[in-house]
Amino acid sequence: MKHVLESVESQFEMFQVLNEDGEIVNKDDMPDLSDEELKELMRRMVYTRILDQRSIALNRQGRLGFYAPTAGQEASQLGSQFALEQDDFLLPGYRDVPQLIWQGLPLYQAFLFSKGHFHGNQMPEDVHALSPQIIIGAQYVQTAGVALGMKLRGKKTVAVTYTGDGGTSQGDFYEGINFAGAYGAPAIFFVQNNYFAISVPVEKQSSTKTLAQKSVAAGIEGIQVDGMDVLAVYAVTKHARERAINGDGPMLIETLTYRYGPHTMSGDDPTRYRTDELNDEWEKKDPIVRFRTFLEDKGIWSEEEENKVVEDAKEDIKKAIKEADNYPKQKVTDLIGNMYEELPVNLQEQMEEYKEKESK
Amino acid sequence: MAQMTMIKAITNALQTELKNDENVLVFGEDVGQNGGVFRATEGLQDEFGEDRVFDTPLGESGIGGLSIGLGLQGFRPVMEIQFFGFVFETMDSINGQMARMRYRSGEAHNSPVTIRAPFGGGVHTPELHADSLEGLIAQQPGMKVVIPSTPYDAKGLLLSAIRDNDPVLFLEHMKLYRSFRGEVPEEEYTIDLGKADVKREGKDVTIVAYGAMVHSALKAADELEKNDIDAEVIDLRTVSPIDIETIIESVEKTNHVVVVQEAQRQAGVAANVVAEIQERAILHLEAPVLRVTAPDTVFAFSDAEEIWLPNEKDIIEKVNTVINY
Ligand SMILES: Cc1ncc(C[n+]2csc(CCOP(=O)(O)OP(=O)(O)O)c2C)c(N)n1
Repeated sequence: MKHVLESVESQFEMFQVLNEDGEIVNKDDMPDLSDEELKELMRRMVYTRILDQRSIALNRQGRLGFYAPTAGQEASQLGSQFALEQDDFLLPGYRDVPQLIWQGLPLYQAFLFSKGHFHGNQMPEDVHALSPQIIIGAQYVQTAGVALGMKLRGKKTVAVTYTGDGGTSQGDFYEGINFAGAYGAPAIFFVQNNYFAISVPVEKQSSTKTLAQKSVAAGIEGIQVDGMDVLAVYAVTKHARERAINGDGPMLIETLTYRYGPHTMSGDDPTRYRTDELNDEWEKKDPIVRFRTFLEDKGIWSEEEENKVVEDAKEDIKKAIKEADNYPKQKVTDLIGNMYEELPVNLQEQMEEYKEKESK
Repeated sequence: MAQMTMIKAITNALQTELKNDENVLVFGEDVGQNGGVFRATEGLQDEFGEDRVFDTPLGESGIGGLSIGLGLQGFRPVMEIQFFGFVFETMDSINGQMARMRYRSGEAHNSPVTIRAPFGGGVHTPELHADSLEGLIAQQPGMKVVIPSTPYDAKGLLLSAIRDNDPVLFLEHMKLYRSFRGEVPEEEYTIDLGKADVKREGKDVTIVAYGAMVHSALKAADELEKNDIDAEVIDLRTVSPIDIETIIESVEKTNHVVVVQEAQRQAGVAANVVAEIQERAILHLEAPVLRVTAPDTVFAFSDAEEIWLPNEKDIIEKVNTVINY
């Protein structure tokens, strides 16, 4: 019987387009992107790396609240988002703020989300997304619903969600992919396998050899992708999107990636569970370095261009954090007001009580 | 006697019982090598090995079910839910299954599970990390719900919880983990589950509280004393079942009561305490029993947290109202 497992596992070899040296290793699957689009992808990755560095610094200064670092995961996060259309629906996890930002959430609102302010959850009208989910797995089942809704409405759009390697152990993960499969719903499920769920390594998370192979049990397509290779992630997502809107059902995409930083900025110490050697090994696969090499070899990227992105990012971040700082503070009366569409009696009374308290 | 923080007292209790009873198993997300996200299980895997103290995959429903199954094999599982807000993932295992194991098996089996989880506001956590959800489990017959307010109580109550043959939810208020130290004997001792503690004696008014609110109640009592109001503060310690005797005894003496909880007002533990008092001691009351609670909204993190959480001023206000009724 071991044969069955081995034959399943052998179908899930990592898909790659650009190798660690920035060379195309898979010409056939090279996505059809213009030079401008390739540069835009690079711009987004560099910008997002700076945003991560600044967010960590701002968090340390006490100007941000909850923050889950993203450095290392840019190719996985932005390569996938780049393949989406504006009308697709995004259901991110807590680490997936970059996708929201590039889908159109203003930076100052992302900062407000970090501070726990509900205006950070209020998506602009053309951004079809929920704010980042804290409960691991919840976004997976909801995605099946959004995708089924799209199908019932005859839309040519997809629902896209993300979880981590740890997230694949949740019951909701299985229910989400299984439901979407059963309905042939246009959903794309990402597993960003960054090898650790806080401190627990993926080998201890599950005895499965790949996470992509979990798709087999749900009867849906699955693939493992080099998550440090932005072109591979983009190509696979584009493919998944096309399949989905053509009625071929959902897809599970495992991206092999790494978070360089701590799990979150709330007291996690990665030296307790990761070695320097492992960190070094992954830094050699850095998505930005390899894509830079590729673009430079192609003669379409330069140091000046990159510096400009860095400066622009810093400037934007400075403005956005100021805007977030100056935004009116969230009040208890705001919360009372948004619990129900119409205030029930208990909350009407409490509204008065807290108005008075807040006026003191 | 040693001076310990509450988190150290908890580690100490776990270590004591892992040593005492080889059937005790400690597990949950990140509890092994990492020692838990709050370090409550720090060093225990090194000392007792990976078979006794281990990381689980990330799945609360799995953790709850595993506990029930291990219980059926004669183990005494001590499972951790990393933050109590994640309890919804395993509600069926707790309220739907552990609590009725004795019934379902015709008393052949029980669920000697201890569920540990951090909860509580005031520490600026993100969504669903701070919520006071004890009322959800307290409503379930078959479950015991324990919430210590001091390091001393934490150790004694946790030892009792692990030794108890019924399932016990043991909630640890995050704000109390490291905010102060208290005397905790190195040797083992237990505190009966279901017994409240009079944390301060007084004759004018009874303040019933639990968890972090005990400390707010004690501060309020100190302030009230300056105005010659002598408050008795009762720490429930176990919110299910409730030690109604200790409360009634106090009410008969003070004739005035304020019940305090950090949780939202609707339903919940305080409402139950009020109902019990009026059923059993209405003729001893000189004023209605008032509650101090959070408002009926989701937990307000960040900016609004401090004003959302009940505090000693709210308690003083309500005490003055019942005294001057
Ligand atoms: C239901 C639930 N259980 C536990 C947690 C606590 N928690 C937050 S992140 C995390 C690890 C997640 O790891 P993974 O899914 O691999 O994602 P990563 O953060 O590595 O991207 C845990 C246990 C949670 N947020 N929700």
